[in-house]
Amino acid sequence: MKSLKVYAIFYLIFLYAPIFLLPLFAFNSSTVIAFPLDSFTTEWFTTLLTLSEMHGALLSSLKIAVTSAVLATSLGIFAAMAVSRYSFPGQKGIMGFIMLPLVLPEIIVAVSLLIVILRMGFSTGAWSVIVGHTLICTPFAIAILQSAFASLDPSLEEAAYDLGETPASTFRLVTLPLVMPGIISALLISFTISMDEFIIAFFLTGAEPTLPVYLFSMMRFPKLLPAVMALGTILVVLSVLLIVIAEFFRRRGAKRTGNDTGGFL
Amino acid sequence: MTTAKKDRKTLISMQNIQKHYGDYHALRGINLEIGEGEFFSLLGPSGCGKTTLLRTIAGFEDYDSGYVMISGNDMRGVPANKRPTNMVFQSYAIFPHLTVAQNVAFGLRKSGMSKAEKAKAAEQALEMVGLKGYGHRAAHALSGGQRQRVALARALVLKPKVLLLDEPLSALDRKMREQMQVELIKLQREVGITFILVTHDQEEALVMSDRIAVMFEGEIAQCDDPEVLYRRPKSKRVADFIGVMNFLSAECRVEDGKKIVNVAGLGETEVADDQCPEGFPDGAATVGFRPETLTLLYEGQTATHREAAATIDEVVYYGDMTYYDVRFDGVDKAVRISMRNIFGRDVLEVGSRVRVSWSPGALVVFG
Repeated sequence: MKSLKVYAIFYLIFLYAPIFLLPLFAFNSSTVIAFPLDSFTTEWFTTLLTLSEMHGALLSSLKIAVTSAVLATSLGIFAAMAVSRYSFPGQKGIMGFIMLPLVLPEIIVAVSLLIVILRMGFSTGAWSVIVGHTLICTPFAIAILQSAFASLDPSLEEAAYDLGETPASTFRLVTLPLVMPGIISALLISFTISMDEFIIAFFLTGAEPTLPVYLFSMMRFPKLLPAVMALGTILVVLSVLLIVIAEFFRRRGAKRTGNDTGGFL
Repeated sequence: MTTAKKDRKTLISMQNIQKHYGDYHALRGINLEIGEGEFFSLLGPSGCGKTTLLRTIAGFEDYDSGYVMISGNDMRGVPANKRPTNMVFQSYAIFPHLTVAQNVAFGLRKSGMSKAEKAKAAEQALEMVGLKGYGHRAAHALSGGQRQRVALARALVLKPKVLLLDEPLSALDRKMREQMQVELIKLQREVGITFILVTHDQEEALVMSDRIAVMFEGEIAQCDDPEVLYRRPKSKRVADFIGVMNFLSAECRVEDGKKIVNVAGLGETEVADDQCPEGFPDGAATVGFRPETLTLLYEGQTATHREAAATIDEVVYYGDMTYYDVRFDGVDKAVRISMRNIFGRDVLEVGSRVRVSWSPGALVVFG
């Protein structure tokens, strides 16, 4: 038991210590990333404000993340509804293939997408990153939405129909409000994944880099390294915040419908 | 064809309903007439097709052939949201994101009533089910019994011609269930709407219904009022499903135009035509009788009808009742006798020799 405890502690340190180093150096006045620490400064955060290229990258990242999140969630709603409401031949196989990008090496996805796009005579750009990100975000959205739809008693929809509503108004008045927490949660998770994603973006981004791609390119300039740390700090805080909000919505939904299945936290 | 009671106007009429799920024959030619204001039950073991039949009336299930008529109108092609029926679901299906009042008023959305009228109708419906003043509460915070009432109010507020209840009491504990049974009977009498109840609980069906249709394997085995169903089951299977039925083997013969049955352990008796629902068998037969039609005779008591000697095999004491499993002399199989416990009279012990009084008129002869 004791050795397991020690193992767990070391595991957590290994997992999180590097992330804690980020803010440590982001607020350190020395340009060299090394101990001992110098003095406290917020200079690097102000430097960020002056990097106009970074602003462009941030903007294109936001654009891509919002679009991918909306696309992935919309596709996820259809898939999750189909799986939880109907059974059809080959259902398990189809779902397996849809969920596969979850475990597929991203580099494979990125390279194959790049080849296909170039072979078809298109040029890469924000749109191709959106395609790639939608592809990898959809399985996450489905996983979340499936649990939202599964915890929805099908007789609720029948009851609304029985009480005189049409299938469309039943969806609007009953289904949608009850799976809304799942939808919000799927949107936030997809957004976060797209915001952080590097490999696909790196291959498919074209002329306007996303934030992680820009961040990677900044690494070549040691002078800018503390600013990278500052940016990294902001990204970590935002990511954690979004995931927490997403989980909050998912749990609230689960509480309402009375059973808790799935979820990432 | 089973018809509604004479004094009732027929409201629902079903003719030769057939339904398949793939290879599975779920409904095998259902013929049924249900009257206005009747409390009707569909009773049977799980998988007998009773819920499918209910959902067919509601419009949730399609059927291969046959007719469902409500008030003389053919319901084929009429979807559930356009039928004069409303359903209380097994899970109650209370909308968890709405308040109690919003739940009850849900079906009134397209009624053209003003907001105040809807609120009033909802409040009246809630009062009817004993939930006055609960309107503002969140639906997901209610107890099982309260959800049940909200589901009833939500269906009744639309004043349907038929209220369909799919195992509405099965999720409640025993006490609550018995209380709701009585309340449902009262409510049905008050609103005068036809209730169709699906249940697997024979006691529930006997307590609540004007008439009961017993279903096995997609067919109606018998449709009668509770007393007839209990006293004169038409088949061994129905007899076995409703309450406790003792069975003993017997020999049948006709003598001078009289139908004579020689029951193992009880002796010979003449039976009437209505005691032989499947016709009078010639030779080997099975005779059924209810536990309360037998009486243990105490010292000094004499049998009102006939008497037989037996030994007590098992005693099950219930407080108000005692069940005795006894073996008649010359019979291996035990039969059950239910006796009301009377103050001052001892419960008999296992192994005692007893005399048992039995009534020939209570026997039912099966082929």
